[in-house]
Amino acid sequence: MQNMGIDVLFKGRNFLRLLGGLWVAVRISLISVAISIVLGILMGMLMTLKNRPVQILCRIYLEIVRIMPQMVLLFIVYFGTTRVFGWNLSAEYAAIIVFSFWGTAEMGDLVRGSLISIPKIQYESARALGMKEGTLFRHVILPQTVRRLIPLSINLITRMIKTTSLVMMIGMVEVLKVAQQIIEANRKSSPNAAFGVFFVVFLLYFLICWPVSRAAVYLEKRWAE
Amino acid sequence: MDNALLRIEHIEKAYDEHGVIHDLNLVVEKGEVIVIIGPSGCGKSTLLRCINALEDIQGGQILLDGVPVKRDARNISAMRQKIGMVFQSYDLFPHKTVLDNITLAPIKVQKRTRKDAEEEAVALLDRVGLADRRDDYPRQLSGGQKQRVAIVRALSMHPEILLLDEITAALDPEMVREVLDVVLTLARSGITMLIVTHEMSFAQAIADRVIFLENGQIVEESRDPAKFFTEPETPRAKEFLRTFRYER
Ligand SMILES: Nc1ncnc2c1ncn2[C@@H]1O[C@H](COP(=O)(O)OP(=O)(O)OP(=O)(O)O)[C@@H](O)[C@H]1O
Ligand SMILES: [Mg+2]
Repeated sequence: MQNMGIDVLFKGRNFLRLLGGLWVAVRISLISVAISIVLGILMGMLMTLKNRPVQILCRIYLEIVRIMPQMVLLFIVYFGTTRVFGWNLSAEYAAIIVFSFWGTAEMGDLVRGSLISIPKIQYESARALGMKEGTLFRHVILPQTVRRLIPLSINLITRMIKTTSLVMMIGMVEVLKVAQQIIEANRKSSPNAAFGVFFVVFLLYFLICWPVSRAAVYLEKRWAE
Repeated sequence: MDNALLRIEHIEKAYDEHGVIHDLNLVVEKGEVIVIIGPSGCGKSTLLRCINALEDIQGGQILLDGVPVKRDARNISAMRQKIGMVFQSYDLFPHKTVLDNITLAPIKVQKRTRKDAEEEAVALLDRVGLADRRDDYPRQLSGGQKQRVAIVRALSMHPEILLLDEITAALDPEMVREVLDVVLTLARSGITMLIVTHEMSFAQAIADRVIFLENGQIVEESRDPAKFFTEPETPRAKEFLRTFRYER
């Protein structure tokens, strides 16, 4: 069997660089996911209000996010707005803005879905016990919403982690970009490196996303009603 | 009549344009057990839901201890604590154990200590034969057990009046009895109750007063249940009661 080209990773600091690239991807995902969860919960609550204009606005926002490829959003924010508004936006901030913009919309819709799936009788029996809206929301509605939400949002989170590979399009050196650089640099000495290096990248993504989705399965089982 | 606990005066209730309750008056005395019967859709549930202001009313007023019960009033939480309610569909909080279901409101709403609330909860559970189920989740209970827990949960707030809306209607027949027995014990202990039910023999056994409701109005009212259930005065009640008997 031919050399698969994994050996180039052990040349010099190549593997460390790859991990460094991975950290860039993970950092962007972590920050964006955190922002999306907080804003998404707010948005989900907004979406359940019986306010027509608010509902329509949220709907439009969600549709825009769904229709637009994330890459286009990235380009608009990173190349477009910096020209038009003349501000200085680092690629990382642009990425976080775009991923949060996306994540908030999707998370908002998941929160909305979880909220409206809680039966009306839960609200009513809590009110009948004299609970005020704050207590009712915090102790009755929110815990049930979170239980329904977590398995759904894990799916979104892994999608966000995977999609961070797009940020190399705006010049960020994340894991996939590092992999490309390593492969380019060793084109002569190790022509098969493309396979080995990308395979390792695959493993790295797997190692990050797999525990996250296992956690979702576990929580789903534990909270099964 | 200064023994009145609850006064319902000329209430009107409509959903959009569709009127459900019309000029309904009812005075409930302390310790009284009133059974409300009537055909499906006549407004029984709506009446109970108006009493603890889960629904707002378009006219008239509802007074508990002389204080109006109003949905948007500031004291609504305090008023609802005096009015316990158990629903037909299972309404326990699925993410909480039996014990936590019962103690949540006493602790969070009435600011009682956990220890105090739990002691009372366990004592009440014991009374309904469920002391050993305190750490179970609702999904682990049968329908009859859930409804007994729901009753205990309502009682744990020390309500002045208990509203029961067809609490056995969703149960398998063999579980109806265990729940009705609990209600009967409560009635004997002197708690004021408004009961909506389709269990006619139970209604006859427990009622101090029977109210027959139709189209959102009281059509017949009787303080002699035995007489009402055997020979009601109005033709409508007669007809309604006949649907519960199989005769050839
Ligand atoms: N949320 C609602 N919106 C609109 N109409 C309603 C609503 N709830 C009840 N109604 C209507 O009000 C009327 C009375 O309903 P209610 O539930 O009080 O009847 P009920 O006497 O409890 O009947 P059942 O024996 O079937 O429980 C019915 O015509 C019903 O369709
Ligand atoms: Mg009803």
